[in-house]
Amino acid sequence: MATKYETVIGLEVHIELATESKIFCSCSAKFGGEQNDHVCPACCGMPGMLPVVNKHVVDLGMTAGMMLNCHINRVTTFDKKSYYYPDLPCSYQTTQWFAPVAVNGTVRINTSKGEKDIRIKQIHMEEDAGKLVHDDWTNTTFVDFNRTSVPLIEIVSQPDLSSAEEVVAYLERLRSLLRFAKVSECRMEQGSMRCDVNLSVRPEGSKVLGVRTEMKNMNSISAIERAIEYETARHIDAIENGTEELVQETRRWDDIKGKSFAMRNKETAGDYRYFPDPNVMPVCIDDEWYDGIKATLPEFPEVKREKYINELGLGEYDADLLTESRALCDVFEAAYAESNLAKESANWIISNCMKVLNRKQMTPDMLNIDGKSLGKLIKLVADGKVGNANARKILDEMFENDIDPEKYATENGFIVSNDTGRIQDVINAVVAADQKSVADFKGGKEKALMALFGKCMKELKGNCDPAVLREMLLKTIQ
Amino acid sequence: MELYLAKQDGQKGKKIALDDMILTKDMPTTAGSKMLENYMSLFDAEVVERLTASGYAIGGKANVGEMCIDLLGETSYYGAVEGEDGTLMTASAMLVKNGEADAAIGLDANGTPRRAAALNGLVCIKPTYGTVSRFGTVSIACSGETVTVTANDVSTAKNVLDAIVGHDDKDGTSLPEEKCAKVKAAEFVPAKRVAVARSLTESASEAIKQKIADAVDAFKANGIEVVEIDDSLLLTAKNAWNILMSAELCNNVSRYDGVKYGYRTKNYTTIDELYTNSRTEAFGELLKTAILFGSETLSDYNYMKMYDKGLRIRRVLSEKFDEIFESFDAVLMPASAKSAYTKADTEENKYIAYDENLYTAPATITGVPAVIAGGVQLLGKAFSENVLLDLAKKLEGAGK
Ligand SMILES: [Zn+2]
Repeated sequence: MATKYETVIGLEVHIELATESKIFCSCSAKFGGEQNDHVCPACCGMPGMLPVVNKHVVDLGMTAGMMLNCHINRVTTFDKKSYYYPDLPCSYQTTQWFAPVAVNGTVRINTSKGEKDIRIKQIHMEEDAGKLVHDDWTNTTFVDFNRTSVPLIEIVSQPDLSSAEEVVAYLERLRSLLRFAKVSECRMEQGSMRCDVNLSVRPEGSKVLGVRTEMKNMNSISAIERAIEYETARHIDAIENGTEELVQETRRWDDIKGKSFAMRNKETAGDYRYFPDPNVMPVCIDDEWYDGIKATLPEFPEVKREKYINELGLGEYDADLLTESRALCDVFEAAYAESNLAKESANWIISNCMKVLNRKQMTPDMLNIDGKSLGKLIKLVADGKVGNANARKILDEMFENDIDPEKYATENGFIVSNDTGRIQDVINAVVAADQKSVADFKGGKEKALMALFGKCMKELKGNCDPAVLREMLLKTIQ
Repeated sequence: MELYLAKQDGQKGKKIALDDMILTKDMPTTAGSKMLENYMSLFDAEVVERLTASGYAIGGKANVGEMCIDLLGETSYYGAVEGEDGTLMTASAMLVKNGEADAAIGLDANGTPRRAAALNGLVCIKPTYGTVSRFGTVSIACSGETVTVTANDVSTAKNVLDAIVGHDDKDGTSLPEEKCAKVKAAEFVPAKRVAVARSLTESASEAIKQKIADAVDAFKANGIEVVEIDDSLLLTAKNAWNILMSAELCNNVSRYDGVKYGYRTKNYTTIDELYTNSRTEAFGELLKTAILFGSETLSDYNYMKMYDKGLRIRRVLSEKFDEIFESFDAVLMPASAKSAYTKADTEENKYIAYDENLYTAPATITGVPAVIAGGVQLLGKAFSENVLLDLAKKLEGAGK
């Protein structure tokens, strides 16, 4: 009988933190910019500069720890890790080796096999390295230090994962939780979420771990899936058929070739000579700081989802869509609090706001309109004070400027008129000018009424309760 | 022999010589190394800004030994400084002694400024760690290095110190202003009891022992009680500091790799050759030794045996000082074994700076303040500069 194998996987996930500035200097930490735009003497390794910890980095490190049910180390320290590489300007990286900010957490995942808790070994804060840019024309390598010292957290899991499906579920869960807590945008395509996979294979039931390899350079979740499947097969093939000798090593995933390749030993082996950074005092997290961060934690997305369905009566589809993004939830909850209209608030976000976002090529996370104002607008519509078309115009304006919807509607003549005399005048004029439609309607063509209705509404610039107009129009014709 | 590696004229005020470890944007900063020949900083050190703001004139950049870890500046790529009698001397001490500068600012990582002041009968203050910003100094051994002031007399040294002491947000180890204010206080504080470090004194030459005896006499004449104490534990500071200093130095100078600025070899085809050859060609022998030693102390297999032990000894020594300063206002000890050194001494023992720091390491590793006067050294508890300076006043003029 053929041996069955199980795969043992542990992940190291690097996540760039959503801070304005870098971890030890005041340079911008934003993605993009011209090469070496976001640099100063500190983050390009000039002598004389000393690191001063950006407190917001510690805030986000703690937040991530709490979201993943970790114990927060109340005294957390920074350490230096030494190695030479041109994208590392000081030839050392400041990281956390001896007392990381968070340890011993769990992340619950859901797969086709049910629920499973993945243990988190630790979360540590560290600085990113720069980028090498090779110019083939001049055969020269240039260094871009924009990313050096951008703050990262590294989330190290225990080897609790056993399939590509579980890894994908774990990564999606991490992304959802950390985006919800505004720790990071977690975008793999921009490199703000990166994942190294430690993998070994052993006969099912065996207590002994097989030879472990580490894979790097997967740029999407699907690439990670492919890499795990390839690497698992490679290990099993080596064990069963002796095609090659498995060695503990770091391998680079080539997604185009669909294969992993051993990296030069030099790039991987090394004694990093860690020691405490004497320039960064231990960070002491007192109760006030700890409780302050605790108070800012959001509800988990699934808790919100349940609440939206059971308490607010939203459909599952709407609740799923809203809880994709913290920004959508925030705007929805504020709009609901103002309008007390849950379904309308959800609809406005899912249809109208999404349309504007799409048009502006923005992601749901970038929705930053004032939820309270949206609630006011929804109420205006529900009360029949503003027509739908005009309400969408007001929404457009809310994406651009901080406006009060009612004031804006009044100033722009969007408030529905209750002046029945004026409405009757318009109806009379439209009916007089389009006797053909009147005749068609009387002849049984329902559509003809819509044409007349549309003309009246256009004449009234939409500022009319549609029900009132319809009733008066019918009365006039008949 | 040029004492100044770069000179600046025309500024008004008392003249300050900066050891070439202090970064300046208008003059190159070399750290005494070929690696940083003609290196121009983009900014001034915090001490330079404070001195200028207080009306001092920056006279220039004084030659220093490479990364200021040597005995008396002898490892400078730009040449050693010798007195007329052939004794070694640091450039900044000579500038102050000759009156070419009113005071000198140094960086004390391995005791060099204190040693030079003691040998030349000058006054030198190494203030409490964290009271003077290290922003803009070439980092060597950050956990202990301190900016120092050297002058001909106590009051000049004190005035310059007051100009540079204070909290700085740009230095994460800088202490809060209220603590720095204790150092800046105008009033000197008289000492009642002074301890003499027995074994450190006994290990020094007869001439140095005589200076200690003279200091004891001067204190007693002023009604101060002087008691000899068992200081054998302080002897461990040297080895512990050699470990911590070398490890930190190895890490700090690893940024000088020939990639971004500084010396780059012409002899390379790969990045590894660029690193290796640039550093091999630009660093001197003592620095290379320190780098290799430091690298060893931090390696996986030595960390617990060496670096971690160094940190533990630091803590034990701090506790020992706490205990001593419960009963005494200051500890009197030598600053060097001999009263003069020559080039022959440094050739005979290439690592002499790693032995002679027996006397300077106790204050460096614990960060307590030290004051040199009358050729001897006084250590006190944190922020007790004004006690040490009051004692130093009583030794002024002696020991030249
Ligand atoms: Zn920067």
